Amino acid sequence: MANAKEVKSVLFGPIFANNPIALQILGICSALAVTSKMSNTLVMCIALTAVVAFSNFFISIIRNHIPSSVRIIVQMTIIASLVIVVDQVLRAYAYEISRELSVFVGLIITNCIVMGRAEAYAMKSSPGMSFLDGIGNGLGYSLVLLVVGFVRELFGSGSLFDVQILPLVSEGGWYEPVGLLLMPPSAFFIIGGFIWVLRTFRTEQVEPKE
Amino acid sequence: MSKKNESLGKTVGVVLALCLVCSIVVSGAAIGLKPMQERNAALAMQENILDAAGILEKGMDVPAVYKERIQPLVVSLKDYQVMQDVNPSDFDNRKAAGDPERSTKLPKSDDPAGLGTRENMTEVYLIKDGNGGTNGAVLHIRGQGLWGTMYGLIALEDDFNTVKGVKFYEHSETPGLGGEITNPAWVKTWQGKELYGDDGQVQFDLVKGGASGEHEVDALSGATLTSNGVDALIQFWMGDDAYGPLLDKLRKGELTNG
Repeated sequence: MANAKEVKSVLFGPIFANNPIALQILGICSALAVTSKMSNTLVMCIALTAVVAFSNFFISIIRNHIPSSVRIIVQMTIIASLVIVVDQVLRAYAYEISRELSVFVGLIITNCIVMGRAEAYAMKSSPGMSFLDGIGNGLGYSLVLLVVGFVRELFGSGSLFDVQILPLVSEGGWYEPVGLLLMPPSAFFIIGGFIWVLRTFRTEQVEPKE
Repeated sequence: MSKKNESLGKTVGVVLALCLVCSIVVSGAAIGLKPMQERNAALAMQENILDAAGILEKGMDVPAVYKERIQPLVVSLKDYQVMQDVNPSDFDNRKAAGDPERSTKLPKSDDPAGLGTRENMTEVYLIKDGNGGTNGAVLHIRGQGLWGTMYGLIALEDDFNTVKGVKFYEHSETPGLGGEITNPAWVKTWQGKELYGDDGQVQFDLVKGGASGEHEVDALSGATLTSNGVDALIQFWMGDDAYGPLLDKLRKGELTNG
């Protein structure tokens, strides 16, 4: 089993050093779609983290028995099953939010992070480490989404977790919300800004000029 | 990966075993969580009905208020009698509409809302005023929008002509354009509008640019097809092929069921 240092790098590496969204630019689609409200964002982050962690775990358990000719299909089957289970659980325990997330929970299946971690890490590593790798990547994804969600909800609707922070003009306050932030494309700007800031501090992430 | 993994037998074996395990997990989750999901769906529907009727407030105990203020009835759309032998809590409009034995196929000419079939029975929700009397009703409405069926509820005042409220609770219209059918500000403009003209025909209309008069609300800008769909579904459901005769009966106070 791995030592403490390796555990740490697997778990926390993907948060800043090797962030799946900011560095690997994976999973952008859902980052645009679900981040207009913090509560939706948070549930999506938990759902994705659970799926990545468990799909990594199960794939790693049977990695020595997966025939390479059908390995992608085997991974997809496991991921798809987990996503359906997560979707069912959300419908039972968080009905309102699952309605708002609607199709995007199902689309975790096609989230590149899940597939990418299964293929790149879980197929070669032990179940415990794969699980941690999934948690780590889920956290990296969550960090970016929560930042995007924070900016979008605060400046787009003047609230956080549906609690009004900035009183809106339409309700007698002073804050005129930025409508653009409620539209999915605005997340592009915020993610772009996030990457810019991150690479300013971590210059090793800047690609060499071609 | 060893060579043994690549044999045909092993490949088929692994795939079959995996499929078996996954299907057990998935169906287990679906069946195990079903009662809870159905409870959620029923609760959401009660909330929608209260919302359409203008009773819903934040933080209220929805099932209790629903029980007190709403009386569900299953009514036949053929002879407009209350179906005493059908329990409203077991009845599902949408299932009835999709069941060939419990629905009527609509000819193209009588089907402006693009429904295909209309259920033979429907659930009607009488709004109780809290003092033993009724104060209007909530009715199911639905029709084709631009991308799919829009499902909604419309609440009527005691004259069964004036709109109390409307709520589209499920649709797939374009967010920001047709999706504005759920916008509270727009929904509010329906309140107090009248469905029928003096001749008893449905006069309600969504008009472009500056609705005026008691039968008109503004169409949604940038969403002509959605607006047309809403227009058509009101025409259909409030017309003679659906709720028209039922509302007549309600107006005369003939549809009472204790």
